[in-house]
Amino acid sequence: MAACSVEALLAKAEQEEAEKLKSISVQKELDLEFDIGNLLACDKNRIDLREFREQKKEDFLRSLARDNTQLLINEIWKQPTERVQEAIVVKLPDPATPLPREKPPPKAKPPTKWEQFAKLKGIQKKKKTNLVWDETAKEWKRRWGYKRAKDDTKEWLIEVPETADPNEDQFAKRVKAKTERVAKNEYNRLKNIARAQKGKVPVMGLATSTQQSKEELSLAVSVAKTSTASAGRFQDRLPKEKAPKNMGKKRKFEPLIGDFSNERHKQLELLKLMDGKKPKLDITKAVNKQMREEDREEAAAKYKKRAGKKGRKGGNMSGKGKGKGGKGGKGKGGKAGGGGGGGGGKRRGKPGKH
Amino acid sequence: EGQISSVKPKTKRSKRFLESRAPKLIEDVKTAMIMKGGNTSQTVTQALKDIVSSNITRPFEDSTSLEFFSKKTDSSLFLFGSHNKKRDHMPNDVCVTVSFVLFAGRLFDFHVLDMIELGIEKYVSLSDVKASKCPEGTKPMLVFAGEAFDTDNEHKRLKSLLLDFFRGPTVSAVRLAGLEHVLHFTALDGKIYMRSYRSLLKKSGCRTPRIELEEIGPSCDLVLRRTHLASDDLYKLAHRQPKALKAKKKKNISHDAFGTKFGRVHMQKQDLSKLRTRKMKGLRKRKGNVVAEEQDGQAPKVAKEAEHTE
Repeated sequence: MAACSVEALLAKAEQEEAEKLKSISVQKELDLEFDIGNLLACDKNRIDLREFREQKKEDFLRSLARDNTQLLINEIWKQPTERVQEAIVVKLPDPATPLPREKPPPKAKPPTKWEQFAKLKGIQKKKKTNLVWDETAKEWKRRWGYKRAKDDTKEWLIEVPETADPNEDQFAKRVKAKTERVAKNEYNRLKNIARAQKGKVPVMGLATSTQQSKEELSLAVSVAKTSTASAGRFQDRLPKEKAPKNMGKKRKFEPLIGDFSNERHKQLELLKLMDGKKPKLDITKAVNKQMREEDREEAAAKYKKRAGKKGRKGGNMSGKGKGKGGKGGKGKGGKAGGGGGGGGGKRRGKPGKH
Repeated sequence: EGQISSVKPKTKRSKRFLESRAPKLIEDVKTAMIMKGGNTSQTVTQALKDIVSSNITRPFEDSTSLEFFSKKTDSSLFLFGSHNKKRDHMPNDVCVTVSFVLFAGRLFDFHVLDMIELGIEKYVSLSDVKASKCPEGTKPMLVFAGEAFDTDNEHKRLKSLLLDFFRGPTVSAVRLAGLEHVLHFTALDGKIYMRSYRSLLKKSGCRTPRIELEEIGPSCDLVLRRTHLASDDLYKLAHRQPKALKAKKKKNISHDAFGTKFGRVHMQKQDLSKLRTRKMKGLRKRKGNVVAEEQDGQAPKVAKEAEHTE
């Protein structure tokens, strides 16, 4: 009898177990594909259209959803769990479905000049604190930036060093040094960027790379030519290239102690000129200068007229007429005085103004 | 286009802003732009608001340039709703068919990658369904049912797009009690049925709970219309992952089919002739003054050994 009851008990226990498991088991033809990292389940089983149409749509869909969700939950519960602040949390694996990115992955930036050097020398970056104790102000100030701890441009008293010129403005000197440093830093930063983008690093003064004029191009050519170890002395010229005009020296001075006779002659000539009664007036030069002045004034007047039209009404055509009259007189006088000899140069048929 | 701009950010805030917009190794959650067309009806607006209530960046009134807006808001997903009234001029009758249309799509590098036009046939909004809703921001469980999602190319892309839209941020762990929201997509009979449920975890006797579903949230019946999908090369390009993210393989470790972990140890060459198979205390080397000590030490040691062997 006992044996019977034990068997019966066991059978009953088994039945109960089966029932319990039944509640969470789902029968499917094909197993679902899971991507637990995305909490995703894909059911590839064929859906019977007839069944769908017979039943109420919503009920059919709901029962299908329930079955699939049950399978997904079963799969999720298989993952390792842990307790985090009174909640039981299940650890998810990485998402398995490949999805497109938002933007292409970033390209590795080439190291800057300093980074290359540091790598070579083995210099490590030392982490520095943001705030520094400033003794004079008795407070914590920034290491760099606005209202920083040691700002040498903000000092109210600077001792003039013995070697320096007493008339030099030390404050201005410090400000100037700072602006120079800032400009140099900016320049280096742009060079690093240009190098990173494998662009051509522009030489100082030839920064633009778009639409260079003829002069800029010729300047670039000459700079490139002289940028050799021997400063362009052994550079061959192209077949039709002309010899460069004297680009370096702008003025030529006689040596201090050289040609004594030449120097004597020059000085005597100068004395003769100073003694002479005739006014030293170069007629051609004067005429040219006058014409240039007139052109300039005309252009200015036109410009002002245009500006006047756009903005206010009637520009101020002030004492230009007076000025012209006066100069014209002098020029005319000069012409008459100098006679026919000097009256050359760019003479245009302009009536004189008296 | 160069990624490094020569404009240097002047404040930390602007610098952080630029960095957040720059391409990153591991990307953030995708944000979506919700846009309304010229003549959207209330239904469509409601539909848009319901579907992606947690992902809205900003709704726009007109759709001048999708790519421009994407750059402005730094979003890579978009949802554009409109409402077309078509007048069919029949001989005696003028019928108006009204169709609600939803354009869902995503962008790669601010250019359109995929765009799919979905017609909304039936729509039940959030407010129409009377049930307690899931808290906003819960990561939903996604289920795709139907052969089409596996066989048809367009459906496969749609599945990938819907996954992108709804999956939410990638997390390493999730609260078991927080697995409430279920989005179920069924591809059947040329239509796609989207249903949203709240899952109730009931006791089942064993550790894994039994699921009961309660319908909440918006549900719609969609029809796949025109598609503008990316070419295979562009699609592949968009999937390219940076090398740094590839899982590093540990060398000299291999796994069996049964899951046993094997390791490999590399040894130097051993001189097998000098191999000692038995311990002999007497042959052990001693440090320091060897000769005299050995003679002294040997005797007692040997005696001990003799004791041991006996």
